[in-house]
Amino acid sequence: MADKALEKGVKLAAARPRTLRINLNWLGVVPFFLFSLLFLILPSLFLLVGSFQNEAGDFTLANIGDLFQPFILNSYWLSIQVSAVTALAGVIFGFGLAYASIRGGLPRWIRGGLMTFSGVASNFAGIPLAFAFIATLGRTGFITMIFKNVLGLNLYDTGFSLYTFLGLSLTYMYFQFPLMVLIIAPAIDGLKQQWREASENLGATNFQFWRYVALPILTPALLGTGVLLFGNAFGAYATAFALTGGSLNLVPIQIGAQIRGDVLHNPNLGYALAFGMVVIMAISIGISLLLQRRTSRWIQ
Amino acid sequence: MKKQRFWPILMIVLGAIYFLLPLYATFEFSLRERRGEYSFDSYANVLADSQFRDSFIYSVVLALATIVVSLLLIVPTAFWVHLKLPQLRPVMEFITLLPFVIPPIVLVFGLIRIYSRPPFVLVSSPALLVAGYVVLSFPYMYRSVDTGLRAIDVRSLTEAGQSLGAGWLTILFRVIFPNLRISLLNGAFLTFAIVLGEFTLATMLNWPAFGPYLALIGQNRAYEPAALAILSFGLTWICIGLIQLFSRGSREQTQLAGTR
Repeated sequence: MADKALEKGVKLAAARPRTLRINLNWLGVVPFFLFSLLFLILPSLFLLVGSFQNEAGDFTLANIGDLFQPFILNSYWLSIQVSAVTALAGVIFGFGLAYASIRGGLPRWIRGGLMTFSGVASNFAGIPLAFAFIATLGRTGFITMIFKNVLGLNLYDTGFSLYTFLGLSLTYMYFQFPLMVLIIAPAIDGLKQQWREASENLGATNFQFWRYVALPILTPALLGTGVLLFGNAFGAYATAFALTGGSLNLVPIQIGAQIRGDVLHNPNLGYALAFGMVVIMAISIGISLLLQRRTSRWIQ
Repeated sequence: MKKQRFWPILMIVLGAIYFLLPLYATFEFSLRERRGEYSFDSYANVLADSQFRDSFIYSVVLALATIVVSLLLIVPTAFWVHLKLPQLRPVMEFITLLPFVIPPIVLVFGLIRIYSRPPFVLVSSPALLVAGYVVLSFPYMYRSVDTGLRAIDVRSLTEAGQSLGAGWLTILFRVIFPNLRISLLNGAFLTFAIVLGEFTLATMLNWPAFGPYLALIGQNRAYEPAALAILSFGLTWICIGLIQLFSRGSREQTQLAGTR
């Protein structure tokens, strides 16, 4: 009681200079927000506004309409396919790996090793990753040579190539799997052992446990991470560039070419291309956040 | 029990093959420079290349500058928001998440278009590259610092400092920074690992950093790229290893970076 009265008194006493103090408080965050405005918000807004302007600066929807020409649609479609395939594979295999290491009854060092390795591998993206896969599956790569020398089979005669959709997807998975492992591990930890015991006591089979208990609880986490992996692959530029040298028609590659020289012959169409990419990224990250919030209801 | 372990073991074995085979293959490939026998010639070539040293040092300096600027922007702001303006927290979270939504290739597009014409011509200064890297570091730097701030009693520490007569700068640099050192090291090493090999921003803004150097070697040499990939993997391993070493015991660690 006395405390409350005292608090009230303090508040009243502080009431007068408050307006001044709040202003000063806001000053403390100015550097960060100014920096963000200059180097994050304004550049993004520039592209956004540019997407809706013609070269004379007048408002137009023509650029957005032009995004639907086959060449650009194809690049979005290819990017979406690569991202979706690697995200799906990442979710399935990454979950399997994480679950096996955490709940598979294997020695503890396997889990520790997998987590450490995942931390490294998920950050081992970009140019060096492309190099590693060229050394592995390129025309004179290690595995290609093994096939040639041991089995007498030239992989590149069978239609396989590292520099295509399949090769790019194989490469992207090298950072997609570990990312999945790292993000989903806490959710697997959150699956309580008691739930399994309870379902077994009630006579549930292994399949029923997964179908009616584990999967419904894990679904938001799986979906959420999947969408995150999708965005992760969708925005990747360095890996794709180093691997294919720009021969695959992906959106980031197109934007790169547009920055280096106006290959679309319309700067504003270039802005719209980038804007479309941000929209897709925003949708995927947004969905992922929503689903994460749902997950945390069950799993702490 | 034996039967139950079949699937987990299969998963781990498959995973190990997928993860380790490219590493082994790259290593084997990097030794093939001399015809007919294994040698470390490609490594010697790389290390003797003055361009390698110059670009590597260039990127190390960029990474250090990025870490300093990022820490000076994020820590005081996160501290201040924690203490005085908690209503701003969602805004901070939103802004520091934006670099995940705006991929580097799009960010650099916007930066180039804005800062290559008056009134601000910044493309001729590496400061713009550092600014871009600082933006890329926002998501994990902020999350790392925010986690650290939640774990300590910011208010009591600040009040204790104030009652001993410390000013804001003293509190920030002698109380808050030291208390957050694990989180800060976490963020700093991740930033280091990412800036070191970063390609997109460096190549588009045309600076002689390590990433563009890697790409150049990739176009002109056969075995040196494999050697560089092994070296890069080793460096990433060191950075992440140090993060895990520092944050041993604390549950939360940030080691997830954005898209590349």
